[in-house]
Amino acid sequence: MKNVFRCLVILICLIVSAGLVFATDTQPPAQDGMLPEITLPVPKNSAHQDYLWVTGKTSFTIPQVKAEVVIIEIFSMYCPHCQREAPAVNKLYKKIENNRKLKGRVKLIGIGAGNSDFEVSFFKKKYRIPFPLFSDADFSIHEKLGSVRTPYFIAVRINKDGTHRVFYSKLGAIKDTDQFLNMISGEVKRDE
Amino acid sequence: MKKLFKISAVSATFLFLFIAPVFGLSEVFKNNIYNPGNLKPVDSVLKVKVGEPAPDFTLPSISGEKVSLSSFKGKKNVVLSFVPAAWTPVCSDQWPGYNIVKEIFDENDAILLGITVDNIPTLFAWTNLMGEKLWFPVLSDFWPHGAVASHYGVLRSEGISERALFIINKNGVISYIKVADINKRPKLESIVSELEKLRNRE
Repeated sequence: MKNVFRCLVILICLIVSAGLVFATDTQPPAQDGMLPEITLPVPKNSAHQDYLWVTGKTSFTIPQVKAEVVIIEIFSMYCPHCQREAPAVNKLYKKIENNRKLKGRVKLIGIGAGNSDFEVSFFKKKYRIPFPLFSDADFSIHEKLGSVRTPYFIAVRINKDGTHRVFYSKLGAIKDTDQFLNMISGEVKRDE
Repeated sequence: MKKLFKISAVSATFLFLFIAPVFGLSEVFKNNIYNPGNLKPVDSVLKVKVGEPAPDFTLPSISGEKVSLSSFKGKKNVVLSFVPAAWTPVCSDQWPGYNIVKEIFDENDAILLGITVDNIPTLFAWTNLMGEKLWFPVLSDFWPHGAVASHYGVLRSEGISERALFIINKNGVISYIKVADINKRPKLESIVSELEKLRNRE
């Protein structure tokens, strides 16, 4: 009887451990893989609503953004690299908006890991960030994305049928924005 | 029974190892962050209260100067930010944020003093990684070990301080105390709303 009990205890411990490992040890999105489902609130700013084309809803998921490619930056206002890189990411946005082939087809958003609405809006104002930023105060999105360090960039190809594919998923700043945009252009052209 | 205990202990360790640390996540610190795991949220008893005069102290700072709390009396509101330890996850992810909000402090006639119980060389090396030179003084409450933290009632049993915020008005009176869960970063807005309250009262 004692043995049965012992085995049961071991079994329960193992199951619980395994469950937790799978629950918390989420990996970052893999290249050529899918994005976990992330629900974001529709921004209050109407220019941002128009940019993402998510008007008339209260929340949306990434594949619902009207774009062929969505670039997601995972940042934090508490992260020195993200602070330093903020002007470079703004430049990336401007380059996309000034490129006739990419404007309207490639959209950029930021998600503030562990940052409250107040913290995200401070960061946005401080660095005059022109693209939409979203808060993730309780780290729930961050955990779904494998608790990556920051800054972390993910680029997702969104297909016409609503399916999607991650084609860039890397830790660290984008060092060469032109090279990065070339790669994005390649993705956009691929289906033409 | 002993075996049962052993199994539980092993499972507990196993679980603990796999709980992913979410803070300290800036790339800047790379692999230099030591993760102490989840700690008891609060492990000390406050010895000061809102409405009481803040106990004065003089501590050495990483710039070489000594800083006294009383030197700000009549001039500035003071925010004391105690963080538990250099090179740990949440702490490394707190002051870099304060480093970009100098304007909020300026607008509210306030100064920030960062304090830990680490020694000066450690604080120097650690804060050097926080981007641009920090605009606020970083003070070392290393010797006598944690004396100021202990005076305020935020020294924990393992010899580190709590993650605590004290806001002291220009009259030297404590107007706000927040002893946060050591495992979590307090939101910036808690400081901002208190500073704005002080400004509106003036």
